[in-house]
Amino acid sequence: MKKLSFLLAGTGPPWARARPPGPKPRVLAPGAPREGLARGWSPGGQPFAASSRTAYSRLVEFKHGSTELEPGLAESWTISPDGLEYTFKLRKGVKFQTTEYFTPTRELNADDVIFSFERQLKADNPWNKYVDGASWEYAAGMGFPELVKSVEKVDDLTVKFVLNHPEAPFLADLGMDFASIMSKEYADKLAADGKMGQLNQMPLGTGPFTFVAYQADAVIRYQANPDYYKGKEKIDDLVFAITTDAAVRAQKLKAGECHIMPYPNAADVAELKKDENLTVLEQPGLNVAYLAYNTLQAPFDKPEVRRALNMAINKQAIVDAVFQGAAAVAKNPIPPTMWSYNDKVEDDKYDPEGSKKALEAAGVKDLKMKIWAMPVSRPYMLNARRAAELMQSDLAKVGVSVEIVSYEWAEYLKLSKDKNRDGAAIMGWTGDNGDPDNFLDTLLGCEAVGGNNRAQWCNQEFDKLVKAAKKSSDQAERTKLYQEAQVVFKKEAPWVTIDHSIAFGPVSKKVSGYHMDPLGIHRFDGVDIAE
Amino acid sequence: MMRFLLGRLAILIPTFLGVSLIAFSFIRMLPGDPVMLMSGERVMSEERHSQIMHDLGLDRPMYVQYFDYLGSVLQGDLGTSIVSKRPVFDDFKALFPATLELSLCAIIVAICLGIPAGVLAAVKRGTWLDQTVMGVALVGYSMPIFWWGLLLIIFFSGYLGWTPVSGRISLMYFFKPVTGFMLIDSLLSGQAGAFKSALSYLILPTIVLATIPLAVIARQTRSAMLEVLGEDYVRTARSKGLTPLRVIGVHALRNAMIPVITTIGLQVGVMLAGAILTETIFSWPGIGKWMVDAVFKRDYAVVQGGLLMIAGVIMLVNLLVDVAYGFVNPRIRH
Repeated sequence: MKKLSFLLAGTGPPWARARPPGPKPRVLAPGAPREGLARGWSPGGQPFAASSRTAYSRLVEFKHGSTELEPGLAESWTISPDGLEYTFKLRKGVKFQTTEYFTPTRELNADDVIFSFERQLKADNPWNKYVDGASWEYAAGMGFPELVKSVEKVDDLTVKFVLNHPEAPFLADLGMDFASIMSKEYADKLAADGKMGQLNQMPLGTGPFTFVAYQADAVIRYQANPDYYKGKEKIDDLVFAITTDAAVRAQKLKAGECHIMPYPNAADVAELKKDENLTVLEQPGLNVAYLAYNTLQAPFDKPEVRRALNMAINKQAIVDAVFQGAAAVAKNPIPPTMWSYNDKVEDDKYDPEGSKKALEAAGVKDLKMKIWAMPVSRPYMLNARRAAELMQSDLAKVGVSVEIVSYEWAEYLKLSKDKNRDGAAIMGWTGDNGDPDNFLDTLLGCEAVGGNNRAQWCNQEFDKLVKAAKKSSDQAERTKLYQEAQVVFKKEAPWVTIDHSIAFGPVSKKVSGYHMDPLGIHRFDGVDIAE
Repeated sequence: MMRFLLGRLAILIPTFLGVSLIAFSFIRMLPGDPVMLMSGERVMSEERHSQIMHDLGLDRPMYVQYFDYLGSVLQGDLGTSIVSKRPVFDDFKALFPATLELSLCAIIVAICLGIPAGVLAAVKRGTWLDQTVMGVALVGYSMPIFWWGLLLIIFFSGYLGWTPVSGRISLMYFFKPVTGFMLIDSLLSGQAGAFKSALSYLILPTIVLATIPLAVIARQTRSAMLEVLGEDYVRTARSKGLTPLRVIGVHALRNAMIPVITTIGLQVGVMLAGAILTETIFSWPGIGKWMVDAVFKRDYAVVQGGLLMIAGVIMLVNLLVDVAYGFVNPRIRH
């Protein structure tokens, strides 16, 4: 048992003192979790850190600091030869958390798994619209409503997913936050009591930490779950202090008010590295930033023109100016940390003279184009305006005149996917599940034209390769197909691949066992703190 | 008096309707919609977008949406947040005490320092003291809040380590909110050191939020005092041999206070606007930060409901000020 780092004393209400005080690892959460705590609403990742990886578990889990899968609530699984049936054997004896607001009477079983998915997939499920405006954007985004035919109970500890078509990334999808397993017994109790909305506010799962309290926009408190199926965590209390400004977060960490800080400002990293009480962890992000040409618009419909323009852009200068080195130049549409990354692909050489000649050879003269710059900062692109200005200057050197345009974010999202968009748009992507399909088909597949495929690029050769990879469950074969697809991509050049950013995680030296995660997940299982 | 009061209350009705209409229409004039922002970089199909807009009732004609909203408001329902899926009023109830606590502390500091500073500047008119006070007031008035807050954090919290960086109380204290006012709740909790901790977390945001009202009050007090100090009755009081303290404190200041009180009343609105930035930088969980986030996420229900509630609070304060004037100066009642 850990020594106390401080004591709660006085004559407060009994429940305030009933919890055993203990060391308190604190984590600065970057954004307010206003989206509620029952996973599935919006694809904004930040609130996940404060609920899904703490209160809940999933059938399969990503290994710490990796995109590799390991058994979670399912101890094993089998896949039918046609790739249409996934049968999961659940662990025996997994308990749901006991809280002040609910005491479970039974252990995890197949009903909980079915409930967790059907509420998101079946419009006639009473939990599908249990609060006003409920919509399941992650499940929809991963194509689950069309993909999953049924979720069936084989026996109490066996559950079967039947798919409409083979989908190799399906297993990785189940490791995502939206696939967290909830308690049907708790949900039934809430429904009986007429308090369905509480499911979104007071989470209850099988995860390593039990929810204690949420003070709006201020603090979320958890304590170690004594019944966690992998054993009780070493830290007793986990506190999220919601601090939206990155500069203030850095000051809070330096002052010792918190132990772990996500998403520092790039400009603050050097200063944080100098602090002798802190360690700054680094992790190449599973992301890519790109400039998508509109390949339906002349002259960008010609691959030779796109390749020529790519040669004019000094990507290293962009990485240096925008990220101060905290990023790597991208040559492929998937990051180098992802399996099937094709390192043999040669990047477009920065060659303004060559670019000029290639443009002339393609019959392009006095070209005028627009570059769309995102109005927001994202981990993969901290300052799109600055990047656009650098591209503007580079392209001017080869005789291309660039007008930079930008819109308010909501408008940008809407207009940039339009097939008639005038100009090339800066955009980016952060991986959801570590599967190449999540980049290659989602962002460049023919079905995504007019949507996520902002280059409006439909290449049959590329599409055939990624679709074939999606159907195969043989990883070696999938790797080969994706590598071939990257070669086609490079030859066709629908994007200027700009960068893959590096994420930093300043942590107090008292903390051990905390890993930066390629998927941007913040996990506190296995974390310890020196007294 | 009753007629005066009824007259004032009658004005509130069109004001309230006007605010509700402005709150409703302005947020909808912004480009983009909440459903689009909900999906972020991940593009949502047109069908799905339409379906969710329909589910949220946002595809109906604007006037239908407005009257429906107005009907709900009159029944005490401010709607449900599109983002958090929680009732807007519940969020307002949880967050407003934090803003109120900070604003009250700031206005108290602004009054307690601003009035004496203004009086001092007026009495010592033309001296280095007057110029210093007015110079500092001008700097305070011109200070960008965000920059000022960050500067204080870096110096007092980062460099000197005297004050905490942000939040409302140290994370080591945990008790259930009773009133929502951290100073009171920390006392009620009975936990040793909790009150002191809550007080220490209030220092920097209070200074930041008080800076502009303090400067305004000091300048207003100075100018009102200068006017009064030249009046005949003050000269008479002096010639009667009263002490300077009595002349200034009783005869001059009391009469100079009328425009100062008006200024203080007006500062309530300024304070709520300033709270938006102060709350953002100090991670203060109040309605300012809540509203700003709602605007960025196009959370219509929160923006509408929040604006309505804030306007309601300001209208209430103005009503109280009007009533107080009525009592103080009977001529106003007529």
